[in-house]
Amino acid sequence: MPNRTIAPPIKDAIDFDIILKPCTRISLSNGTPVYYINDGAEEVAMIDFVFEAGNNYETKNGVAIATNNLVKNGTSSKDAFQITEFFEYYGAYLSRKCYNETASITLHCLAKHLKELLPVVRELITEAQFPEKELDIFKQNSIQRLSINLQKCDFVANRLIDEYLYGPEHPYGRVSTKSDIEAISRENLLSFYKQFYLNAKCRVFAAGKFPVDFEQLLEAHFGDLSLNEKVLPIMFSREMAIEKKHFIHNDKNGVQGAIRIGRPFPSREHPDFKKAIFLNTLFGGYFGSRLMGNIREDKGYTYGIHSYLENHVQESSWVVSTEAGKEVCQATIDEVYKEMELLREEPVNEEELLLVKNYMMGLNLGYIDGPFQIISRWKSLILNDLDENYFYDTLRVIKEITSEELLQLSNKYLVPEDFFELLVI
Amino acid sequence: MIKFEKFVLDNGLRVIVHEDRSTPMAVVDVMYDVGARDEDEEHTGFAHLFEHLMFGGSLHIESYDEPLQMAGGENNAYTTNDLTNYYLQLPAENIETAFWLESDRMCSLAFNENSLEVQRKVVMEEFKEQYLNKPYGDAWHMLRDLSYKVHPYKWMTIGKDLSHIENANLQEVKNFFFKHYTPSNAILTVAGNVSVEQIKQLAEKWFADIPAGEKYVRNIKQEPVQKEGRMMEVAEEVPLDALYKCWHIAGRLDRRYYLAEIITEILGGGASSRLFQSLVKEKQMFSNIECSHMGSIDPGLLYVDGKLMKGVTLETAENAIIVELEKMKSEMISKVELEKVKNKTESMLAFEDISLMNRANSLANYELLGDANLMNSELEIYQSITREEIMEECKRIFVDTNCSTLYYRSTVKE
Repeated sequence: MPNRTIAPPIKDAIDFDIILKPCTRISLSNGTPVYYINDGAEEVAMIDFVFEAGNNYETKNGVAIATNNLVKNGTSSKDAFQITEFFEYYGAYLSRKCYNETASITLHCLAKHLKELLPVVRELITEAQFPEKELDIFKQNSIQRLSINLQKCDFVANRLIDEYLYGPEHPYGRVSTKSDIEAISRENLLSFYKQFYLNAKCRVFAAGKFPVDFEQLLEAHFGDLSLNEKVLPIMFSREMAIEKKHFIHNDKNGVQGAIRIGRPFPSREHPDFKKAIFLNTLFGGYFGSRLMGNIREDKGYTYGIHSYLENHVQESSWVVSTEAGKEVCQATIDEVYKEMELLREEPVNEEELLLVKNYMMGLNLGYIDGPFQIISRWKSLILNDLDENYFYDTLRVIKEITSEELLQLSNKYLVPEDFFELLVI
Repeated sequence: MIKFEKFVLDNGLRVIVHEDRSTPMAVVDVMYDVGARDEDEEHTGFAHLFEHLMFGGSLHIESYDEPLQMAGGENNAYTTNDLTNYYLQLPAENIETAFWLESDRMCSLAFNENSLEVQRKVVMEEFKEQYLNKPYGDAWHMLRDLSYKVHPYKWMTIGKDLSHIENANLQEVKNFFFKHYTPSNAILTVAGNVSVEQIKQLAEKWFADIPAGEKYVRNIKQEPVQKEGRMMEVAEEVPLDALYKCWHIAGRLDRRYYLAEIITEILGGGASSRLFQSLVKEKQMFSNIECSHMGSIDPGLLYVDGKLMKGVTLETAENAIIVELEKMKSEMISKVELEKVKNKTESMLAFEDISLMNRANSLANYELLGDANLMNSELEIYQSITREEIMEECKRIFVDTNCSTLYYRSTVKE
């Protein structure tokens, strides 16, 4: 019978050597960079075409996302149904995502079908037509979806906190309204497409078990396109709200309130950023965090409470987010500030410090497990103009950070006066 | 092909090991054969509430999460109507920590009054967040209750009513634990950078001395065949009218289950599916429409639900759906359509198997169904399905007497 009162010995995860496997880097003859990892047990492939075509670049609300979304709804020779049916016939998924800086077109498929599928991906990024009818349906459906989302307190809160933190004109704080969606025209999409897809700055990330002629396939289908043009980043300035505290009454039948408490934070180049990632984990970034421990596991005010640093390129924000029972919203907000105060006044003890270090190292070990995970680490570095040194520096900070540094950091950033506070019921 | 080995301890605990030397991690998955279908109708939501209590400390270990995090691990759990699953991932070198933690809570919980008190509140907030504080959040409570008159699938995992969770007491918690959380009612799956030999030793060391307990024999009243179409209407302050329709289908181990799976794909899988193409794109009656099924072990439900475009009536929209379903009954689907669905299934299964966690979870799921090896033979079943079978199955499923319909009307005026 084992002695259950004694924990088995562990190897501290901070003693693990975590190596980010390199990815293969090539350039197509037009200069388009391709980063890929050819590995894995399953016969699957993922190719992600990342364009500098996010909503930073739009001059009219909603145009970037509409362009990205409708890029597969009709080309010169195929209608929307034919295109979708084509990809689905091969069991492939063609997804589109639009972010602030970038917009991507991503293909997931069985590797054996790449040869058939890639020519049609090329067609989408060279011959999209954006038929009027497709745009109309997109607009109608977006407006309907928006009307439902606007009834949800969490959706409303997420929009508003970003607006307070960046300003309503900033791409990180801007939101689409019904009339914005109504105003999008086919001409808007065609001109955005021409500017950012036909003459694009595109980077390609891929992972999977590829055929031997994978590089030739990419070259044949994409090597002659204008995918390596200069697209200058557009810089925006933060225009934060003047009022710090906000209350919105959104749903008279609401039984919970959405709470957001957030402050501006610099971008990841800032020397405090990596340390803040650590402090954030301890504060509200994992299941065992201070916020979860107190507000969920001790008080039972909420199903979950989290804090995070927003994943933006130019600048960031540090946000606490939760949905709590209507009658305990104020108590929840008070406890968030109490937890900040504790971090400002009392040094984190050695045991908790080691626990968070080990937890984060274990997490990082899992983050680089398998080709799909590894390429997504590389992608996140490359899109932020960083290299593997940043990855290793992050690990070094986790290993070396001290409770004194955390105390200093808390006193610098976890200061209630700097936070915007929002409650939506 | 996912390779694994299986052995059984004397106390009835089934252990499955899947070696993958390419990863530095290990996954440990403990699946208990208990879900909301094992609850009493007056005490619903209990299996799920209990899942929360499994983290409130066990016989010799005050906190479950902290030692695991200290070992570089992370965990979570979920409860369905059929089963409860606890899973964790950690660096393979620290795997013994997982055995220590999981075996201690299989021995016995601490049964802490305070933990029950807090988790009751947490689950009530979860109930509000997921089902009450969201437009249409209560639709599935109503639909289950409409579709099932006898079988415990008539309530959601979260429970029928907030009061059931509010009233849960410690004695019930204890009874539930000793009835369902026994080794013979559990499956331990270990995957990752481990060896079968090592797992055999660890399983013997940590789990072998847990008493077998009394074997729980499930005795659930099965749902009688529905004999009349059922209809329900509600009017709420939601922005759009919504329509829900569902039909009874076969249980998980029946060949007809796979037919239903293919039928839902043809009708609602992806943007080239029939309902999307016809009702969202061509007729523009819905702004979105879905067709899926519950994926349950006992006979479940296939459903269609969608939000209506402003100006379209529920009656018109329902008729348009029925027209599409009638086509499935009267005309054979095309060869290309069936091939498409089979190709999608093949690719979906391959993508699922990329993640170590998914592989472990699938093995446990199939073992719970009776044989972990089903994981490797399921694709063959899909491949063998014919167009004739699909048409026959549509004729069985899509009849009025087998159907329950919910009109969810909007009271919001523009």
